[in-house]
Parts: sequence; C-alpha cells; structure tokens
Amino acid sequence: MPMPPPDPGFGVYVHWPFCAAKCPYCDFNSHVRFGGVDEPRFLAAYLQELANTAALTGPRNVASIFFGGGTPSLMKPQTVGAIIDAIGTAYTISPNAEITLEANPSSVEAERFRGYRSAGVNRVSMGVQSLRDAELKSLGRIHSVAEARAAIETAARTFDRYTFDLIYARPGQTPAQWRKELTEGLALAGSHISLYQLTIEPETPFAVLHAAGKIVVPDQDAALALWDVTHELTEAHGLPLYEISNHAHRGEESRHNLLYWRYGEYAGIGPGAHGRIMTGGTRHATIAERNPEGWLERVESHGHGRTDLTALTPAEEADEMLLMGLRLNEGLDLARLAQVTSRTPSGAALAELTDLKMIEPIGNSRIRATGQGRFVLNAIVAKLSEGLQKT
Amino acid sequence: MIETSKIRNFSIIAHIDHGKSTLSDRLIQLCGNVADRDMKAQILDSMDIERERGITIKAQTVRLDYKHTDGLMYQLNLMDTPGHVDFAYEVSRSLAACEGAILVVDASQGVEAQTLANVYTALDGNLEILPVLNKVDLPAADCDRVKQQIEDVIGLDASNAVLVSAKTGLNVKAVLEAVVDRLPPPTGDATQPLKAMLIDSFYDAYLGVVVLVRIKDGVMKKGQQIKLIAGGTNHTIERLGIFRPKQEMLNELGPGEVGFFTAAMKEVAETRVGDTITDLKKPCAEALPGFKPAQPVVFCGLFPVDAADFEQLREAMGKLRLNDASFSFEMESSAALGFGFRCGFLGLLHLEIITERLAREFNLELITTAPSVVYHMYMNDGTMKEMHNPADMPDVVKIDHIEEPWIKATIMVPDDYLGVVLKLCQDRRGRQKDLTYAGARAMVVYELPLNEVVFDFYDKLKSVSRGYASFDYSIIGYEEEDLVKMSILVNSEPVDALSIIVHRSRAESRGRVMCEKLKELIPQHMFVIPVQAAIGGKVIARETIKAMRKDVTAKCYGGDISRKRKLLDKQKEGKKRMRQFGRVDIPQEAFIAALKMED
Repeated sequence: MPMPPPDPGFGVYVHWPFCAAKCPYCDFNSHVRFGGVDEPRFLAAYLQELANTAALTGPRNVASIFFGGGTPSLMKPQTVGAIIDAIGTAYTISPNAEITLEANPSSVEAERFRGYRSAGVNRVSMGVQSLRDAELKSLGRIHSVAEARAAIETAARTFDRYTFDLIYARPGQTPAQWRKELTEGLALAGSHISLYQLTIEPETPFAVLHAAGKIVVPDQDAALALWDVTHELTEAHGLPLYEISNHAHRGEESRHNLLYWRYGEYAGIGPGAHGRIMTGGTRHATIAERNPEGWLERVESHGHGRTDLTALTPAEEADEMLLMGLRLNEGLDLARLAQVTSRTPSGAALAELTDLKMIEPIGNSRIRATGQGRFVLNAIVAKLSEGLQKT
Repeated sequence: MIETSKIRNFSIIAHIDHGKSTLSDRLIQLCGNVADRDMKAQILDSMDIERERGITIKAQTVRLDYKHTDGLMYQLNLMDTPGHVDFAYEVSRSLAACEGAILVVDASQGVEAQTLANVYTALDGNLEILPVLNKVDLPAADCDRVKQQIEDVIGLDASNAVLVSAKTGLNVKAVLEAVVDRLPPPTGDATQPLKAMLIDSFYDAYLGVVVLVRIKDGVMKKGQQIKLIAGGTNHTIERLGIFRPKQEMLNELGPGEVGFFTAAMKEVAETRVGDTITDLKKPCAEALPGFKPAQPVVFCGLFPVDAADFEQLREAMGKLRLNDASFSFEMESSAALGFGFRCGFLGLLHLEIITERLAREFNLELITTAPSVVYHMYMNDGTMKEMHNPADMPDVVKIDHIEEPWIKATIMVPDDYLGVVLKLCQDRRGRQKDLTYAGARAMVVYELPLNEVVFDFYDKLKSVSRGYASFDYSIIGYEEEDLVKMSILVNSEPVDALSIIVHRSRAESRGRVMCEKLKELIPQHMFVIPVQAAIGGKVIARETIKAMRKDVTAKCYGGDISRKRKLLDKQKEGKKRMRQFGRVDIPQEAFIAALKMED
C-alpha cells in the first residue's frame, strides 16, 4: 500500500446551507427558504469571511476545495466561480487541486453542471441515495431514479471525476435487495462511490418515528450482513474501501475528505462551517453561526461568522486524530500522533485491542482497525483515548 | 413548678400519610404557638427528607399551653415520634415518655400494620389511647367501618373517637379538649432524687448535642451535675429549656415535664436513647426499665463512584454520625470497588435515608452494595464469628454451621391481594403463624429469614398489593440454616461485591436471575462475556453477553470533528461511571439492580 504524504495539506470547505426540501433523516445544517435567498448578499459575505480567515491562517497552498451543504447545486455557477476566484486571491490554489461540489441529481441541477465546470469545479458528488423510487420517496428525496441516472450520465460527460452516495441498511432492506440495487449502482459508478448505512440522528423526523417504533432499522447483525454484500460487490468491482463508507480506485479517493481523516488543516467558510486551522503555531477549532441569516449579519458586522475560535489542547488533538485516522484503511501513524500531540496510546490498550483482533499494526508505526474492528470503532477509540500517555 | 395534674404528655400514632404531621401542626397553631404567617407546612419534620417522605426520623417535642373550657390552663407536651419499623425502639422510648397517645386513623384507609405495631407498643406501656379519625371530610370516608375495624383489630373502644379533618381544621379543638379530659396526667415526686428518661438527642450547629428528656421524679436544674447511667458519663447542665417549637430557656424542669438540655456533649453517640439521667451526687436508686443499646441489623458497603471522593465520604459519614449514633461504619476495601465503608443500619429505611442524605447533602455519588444481615458462623473450633459481609466468609471446611436472623412480620392486606402476598412470603422461605380477618382486610403473621426481606421484600410487597399492603417486623432470633456463599464471575473473574449468602435451596434460581439481570445490565463489549453464578468451584447458572459487532457512525459530516469528540467525551464519561473488572466495564447500578428478584 502506498504510504500517505507526511503533510496532509490545506483545504477550504464552503457550506451552502439551503435546500429545496429537508430530508427526514438529515441532521446537517440545512434550511429551506420559500421566499428565496439573496444570493449576491450571501456571496459578498462568503468573500468577506474568506478574506478574514486568510488573515488568520496566512498564505497557504490550497490542495482541495469542497462545496458542501445543504445543497450547493442550488447556487448559481457564477456564485461558485466567484468564490473559487476569491479563494485563488486569498490563497494559492494548487494546479492539480480537487474542487468538489455536492449536487442533487435532479434535472434542473444537472443543467448547471457545465456552468460549474466553467467556474472551476472538477469533481461532483451527488446525493443519489437510492435507485428505487419508492425508497427515494420514503427518504424524502425530491428526485426520481430516472433523473438520478440522467444526472450521473451528465456528470460523467462533464467532469473529470464524479461520485455519488447511496444509503443502505434502510428499514426492511434485505441483503438480496441490496445486492441488486448496489449492482445497478456500481454499473453507474465512476472511480468513487460512498455507501452509507442509514443512521438515525437525534432531533430528526426519523428519530421521532424511530422512537415511536414506526421505522425499524436493521439490527447489528442484519447491518453487518448488508455490509458483507457491500464488501463483496465493491471488491469485485475494483472499488475497495478506503474509509468506513467510502470506496475508490487507488488514487481516486476524495482528497478533501482525506484531509479531515488525516487530520490536515481546513478553513471552514459559511454558516455552521467547522474548521481546523493553525494560527499562532497552535491548531484551532473554528465554528460558525449555524443560522444563515444570523451568520450573514455577523459577517456584515464583524467580518466573519465565527462563534468559536478555540485552541485545541494536545489531548483534544490526540482524540481527534484517533477518531479520524482509524476510519481509514491506511490507518493512523502513531509517530505523527506523537509528533503532533506528544501522546501515544498505552501499551496495554494496544496489546488488548491487538489481542482481541480489533486493531493490527501496519509497517513500523501505523495501526489500523481490522475488518471486524472497523465496525466497533467507537469502542476502540474510547479504549485508546483512555489510555493516552504523554510521550 | 406546675402541678402534674395540669400536665398531659402524649404522642401521635399514625400510619404514613394518615395525617399525623398535619394534625400536629393544627394543634400547635390552635394553641397560638406559631403565627399563621410562620406556618411552614409540617413544622415538626424539619429535615428535607422527613418532609418529602412524610416520615419522622428524630423524635421532637413541643410544649403547648392550652386553655380548657373548664377555664384552667394546661401544659400539653406533644411528642412527635419516629414513624417506621426501623425505629421501633426509638418509638417505644418516645411512648414511654407519655401517659397517652392519639391514634390517628385515616377514615377511608383504616388501620395499617405499622399503626398496629405502635399501638401495641403503646398499650404495652399502659398508655391511654384516644382514637381520632382523620380526613372525615373526604368522600371516601367511612367512619363507622373504620371505628368497627379499630374495635375488631385493636380491641379498642372507638365509639367516642373524635372525627376531624386536620387539613381543614374541622373539629381539631375537640382533640385538645379530649386530650385534657381523657388522657391521664403524669405522676412524679419532686422531692425524690432526679430520675429522667433520655428520649432522643440531636446535633445542633449552635448548641452542640441537644438532649430531649422526660422528668419522672425530682427536678432538673441549670448547672446541675448529672450522670447518664447506661452511658456511664457525667456532665454539667449548661442550658435547660423547652420547644414551642422555638427554643425557650428555663431554669428547671419538674416531674412530668418534657424539655431539653445541653451539656457540652460533642456527639450524639454519647447519648443513648432510653438511658436514665440522674443527679451525680444524689442518684436515684434504680434506672428506668426498657433500655436497649442500638444494634445495627442491616449492613451494606458504600463506595465512592470516584475514588478521589473517599476522604470526603469519610468526613460526610462522620458528620451524619454526629447526629445519628445508630449508624455505624468502618473502612472496607473491595477488589471490585476499591476503598469504601461497611455500614450498619437499624433497617432498610434507615439505610435508604443515610445513603440519600449522603448523596443529597454532601453531593456524593455512591455505589451501594447488596444489603446483608448479620450471620452467626459457628466454627469447628467452637468459636462463633459474626459475619456481615459475604466477602468475609471463612473457608467452608472450617465452619460447623451457620445461623441467620429471623423476623416476625405482620402484614395487613386487603382480601383481594391476600393470595399474592402469601405466595411472596412462601417464596421467601416464610412460615405462616397466623391469619385473621377484620372485615375485608386480612392480618397475616409470618416468620421470615431477615436475609430474604432485607433487600426488596418491601418493594415487592408494595407492588404485588398495588400499595395496599402494610408491613411491620421485629427480630425474633437466630436459626441454623443451610446457607452457602454464591459468587458471581464475570468473564471468569469473581466480582466480590456481587457475592451473596443464600439458602442452598434458593441458590440456583437466585443465580439464574442474577446472571440474566447482569446480561441486561452490562453493556456489550468487543468480545463475548460469560456471566456465571457459582458455589465454590461449581457453576450453577450461566449467561453469555454477545460481542458488540457495530457501533461506528457511517457518516462524518463536513469536518465537524468537535461533535464526534463530544460524543467520545460522553462515552468516556459513561465508562468512568463503570467499574472495571479485568477487561469488562460494569455499570454501578448493576451492583444493586442485579440482586432484585423478579419472582
């Protein structure tokens, strides 16, 4: 396996918080505005916050940009272009930078794909979620399977790289059903696909239904049986897993997401955006106001929408590195953990988890979760975190 | 000094919620001792726990001045006695300080077991009893039926019972009239040497230990040198007074009077309920009858959740003991739970009150281990050892036989629930001694091993009878039984805090229930965990906790690591609240919950 680069790099995340409709399983910072959105005013605010953030981080080479949401494909291509240009002004965008935009696979949005490409977007990530119309409906999606297929074709023609998401382990889903649907999905896939098991998030309509017993999701064993199907088909298709829910050809991983998992630096721009930036030699967590209009007002009066700019302690950094790094198939480099945080998991915790076949060493200083350990990552991380010792 | 004929000393006997405290408050109010605006609901129950649970833990006294319709002033001393079986001895001493008692019975509920026990204590002490039916204003009140029941069950003439509503104040004055007319005055000789009974004592931050006394003979004076006969200590009286309920200082207390004194005592442990107080230089010829030293009957371990709180726990227990000499504790260390204390209590309610006060007043998070009784271990070498912790069980080959304490339980229960109550007693190795009916209620007397009652019998009784059964008990003695120590092994390691002493015939079913419970209580781990119950080396029950297979979150949103970190912190916080045994984390609540029996 090729080793990851020693420096995970620097990226910019841009959050567009609006959606045409809210999906009942989603707990992301997304809002529906029936009266429309004042896009020019928001654009001005994005540019202002970007300049403000660049003053904190200093000049950097940007390896990746990610437009997430919400539904960024509701933005006009010119707006996206203006933001990319501003990132180019505030920082230096690497010539081979990955610039991803999340899109809904509806016909209206697919029409804008060409415009996004002209604006500089070179990768699109579509929330297809299912290839069954009835399932799309119960997931609250507003596109149809036919529209999604058409959008994927448009994306394949328009962009260098594209990916899409499917949600599985849905209520009542059997391994046979998933096998059929995923086979169809893989036929549509390019070099990357994200396959998420449905999670019931608190404070969502699904959580209410779940609590009332109106939706029942597969239990641990059923979810793992569905995972076995995922594993078998993606391997056979040459799209091996590189993160718990993400599959790609070698070298075609999402570079921006790798930045999170490898614990690199990223500036978060927009309402509710999170960032991890080095300033004054210390890693800081940034959090922006979640409410779009509230964020707008903050930016207009203060130059940024941040509600939090907190220096992370070495212990917090270590926890975050464990949480992120062990999601990856390439694992976590304990030497880098020690270098960044002056901490290392206790020998006892490592020995116990190795003995239980939950983690395994790779090379000299890396560990990763094993095939079975990957699914009990919360327990593994808690164990390693409890045993962290100063080096 | 007031003539004894103008004194009436009485207490109020009632079941919880039958209105004792409300009636007391009304009597106090009617005698003008407390301004209306100072009326706090239930003046006498001063501790939060007392007020919330509607029970009295410490005895208290109040002096009332009442002008009777005969035109004369009377001194009424109202004694508020503890109201629970755990404090039966304290109740008996409070009653011994009175000549009469008001028996308050809820006009809709009727007589309960606890009332019965206290009435019998009062009758044993030759107290005159004045029946009062309370809550007569409620639609469900049935005075004739309840009067009949009082006559049937207690054998007391209830024809001239006073009918009141303490809540509305209806007819309360008639109670005061009847107290003077129908309860006898005390007797006593002021010229005799001092002879007084120690009713109770409590710790006051300003006064130190405050001792409640009833003067039998002689006079108690400020500055007097006194002697506590059972305690064997001498003191000088510093302050002397009465409660109205506010303190009022006096120079002397004469025969028949009730009041308090302080004498520079540091701990209530120096005072023993029921002790006789006399003059140091001119002592009385003999002590008052009925004194018994406090004897803990239930023991359990208390451990701080956070080991760093150990010293704080020690301090807190020391403070509680200042005011409660019947509570004992000594250091204990458990392989499972670390350092803590083995504590002795008068009974289950007492245990609950103490642990609740530690939690509430001292902000301590505690793990309480299974309550145990005191076993008598007769060893092969002829010696007898007391054992109140299963962890201390000697090697079985050295034990000749084991005896356990038995109780006599009196249960009153409506007919409809008699069957389930009998089954419960039978299941707990009970021996039926008596079963009588009074109207639609049955009175059941059983002999039961305390071991079977000490844990959840009372809760169980309440639940099977939907709260209608009432219960009282007294210890009758020790009997030899076939008792064994059952250990619980989690992931093949014995967990000392979960081992219990159990009758051999019940071991298998208890073991099975405990293993099933623990299976529910212990969260899934990354590996399979066997949970076993064993006697010696022999496994008698087993359950398996399956390995957790999936807990990972599928999606990680747009760089929001903070949220994941918070979840991790919460998870770690949760693990801190567990105890680690080898590789297994056991939640604290498991130590108690595992022992609850679902019959």
